[in-house]
Amino acid sequence: MYEGVVQDLIDELGRLPGIGPKSAQRIAFHLLATDPVDIGRLQDVLGKVKEGVRFCDVCGNVSEEEQCRICRDLRRDPALICVVEEPKDVLAVERTREFRGRYHVLGGALDPLSGIGPDQLRIKDLLSRIGAEEVTEVIIATDPNTEGEATATYLVRMLRDFPGLTVTRLASGLPMGGDLEFADELTLGRALSGRRAL
Amino acid sequence: MSLYRDTGVVLRLHKLGEADRIVTMLSRRHGKVRAVAKGVRRTTSRFGARLEPFNHVDTQFYTGRTLDVITQVETIDAFALPIVGDYQRYTSAVAITETADRLTAEEGEPALKLYLLVVGALRALADGQRDSSLVLDAFFLRAMAFAGWEPAITECARCGEPGPHHAFNVQAGGSLCGRCRTPGSVHPAPEVLVLLAALLHGDWPVAEGSLAGARRDASGLVAAHLQWHLERQLRSLPFVERRAREAPITGALGSDAMSGDTEVTGAAQGTRGSGVTEGVPGGPGA
Repeated sequence: MYEGVVQDLIDELGRLPGIGPKSAQRIAFHLLATDPVDIGRLQDVLGKVKEGVRFCDVCGNVSEEEQCRICRDLRRDPALICVVEEPKDVLAVERTREFRGRYHVLGGALDPLSGIGPDQLRIKDLLSRIGAEEVTEVIIATDPNTEGEATATYLVRMLRDFPGLTVTRLASGLPMGGDLEFADELTLGRALSGRRAL
Repeated sequence: MSLYRDTGVVLRLHKLGEADRIVTMLSRRHGKVRAVAKGVRRTTSRFGARLEPFNHVDTQFYTGRTLDVITQVETIDAFALPIVGDYQRYTSAVAITETADRLTAEEGEPALKLYLLVVGALRALADGQRDSSLVLDAFFLRAMAFAGWEPAITECARCGEPGPHHAFNVQAGGSLCGRCRTPGSVHPAPEVLVLLAALLHGDWPVAEGSLAGARRDASGLVAAHLQWHLERQLRSLPFVERRAREAPITGALGSDAMSGDTEVTGAAQGTRGSGVTEGVPGGPGA
């Protein structure tokens, strides 16, 4: 145990995800040895992050204003909506530079064991958004795991009655660089059902 | 390093660190096992989707100091794929795995009957041949029977007098005869008790011929009975979709007709506090 504020700093850092007691100690001593200007900059950012960051009124992504940068961008196609679970998934899709539509962040996936049902997610917002805007396609990009698939199933059921709306799901299949013999049945089954003509 | 191998059903997952997961599994010979699956969240993981909830897998573990570690997995039944393709079946499967997790408090204690019951219930949900709501209630009743909490349906829970009896009290353990009847008992229709007995004993022709109202009332009684004995509410139960597949014409209680495709979610399901009051699951009195 260290004295006073050093131990407090280690304890606080240790509460962050993925930071164990040894890592917390290493970061704390790194901060002690860091230039005060750099520490001041970190302090500023930490102070601003809770006060200055909010969620976009339209899509639910993190934003500094009422609407996020993507929803404000008039060059983005308003007829295309990509539905993701978390703001970090927006960044993952953006990195592909393939998608020029807009997003809708659900805020998680359906997970009854954690008490998350349809009412805890931004599903109603999505439905009212599709009703109000000229949306022609919704791409469901929830995680390819049990909760993500169940969320996709639920969304398909809710969206199928919108006239003229196409609902699509991100393709899933074999990862590049892998061996077929190690592919699990679920992934291989998906790859087979989603095969394409060459 | 001590290795062991067992078959099991994946009950639930917890994230661990950057790319690992703690997998809770109900196994055939070792009961409930919690083990680490290293790197399973990476897209290149050799485990792939084998360790997703509801899957029935053959697994090799090595014994760790605190948690065992999963080294190899082969799929026996990929129940996850068909189950997540239907939201109603998915919510039922989550309730089944949560109940199995709760009923096996001790890790490493074999629970073969429960294991076989969970595999059977998930197989029935994956096949999609039976109404998922009936499968769920049949699972609850039989799981309670294995745990020693089988509700008395055809005889009095207190004195054992053969029935059928009109009163049903969750705290008392099921049906009560006229002499043993206590305040707060509900009075389910005779069809509800017939359905409960059919579900408990696997009489599917009778269960599938039941009316929507009887199914709804039976579900309420089963949920109340289960949660009373578990002493805690099942977190997944309020999210379970109860949508009868068949479209019976009227409810079992006659006056409150309920169409077959009416959706009843968790609010209608009894809890320890509310499910045993007069008339809640049972409808109009005796």
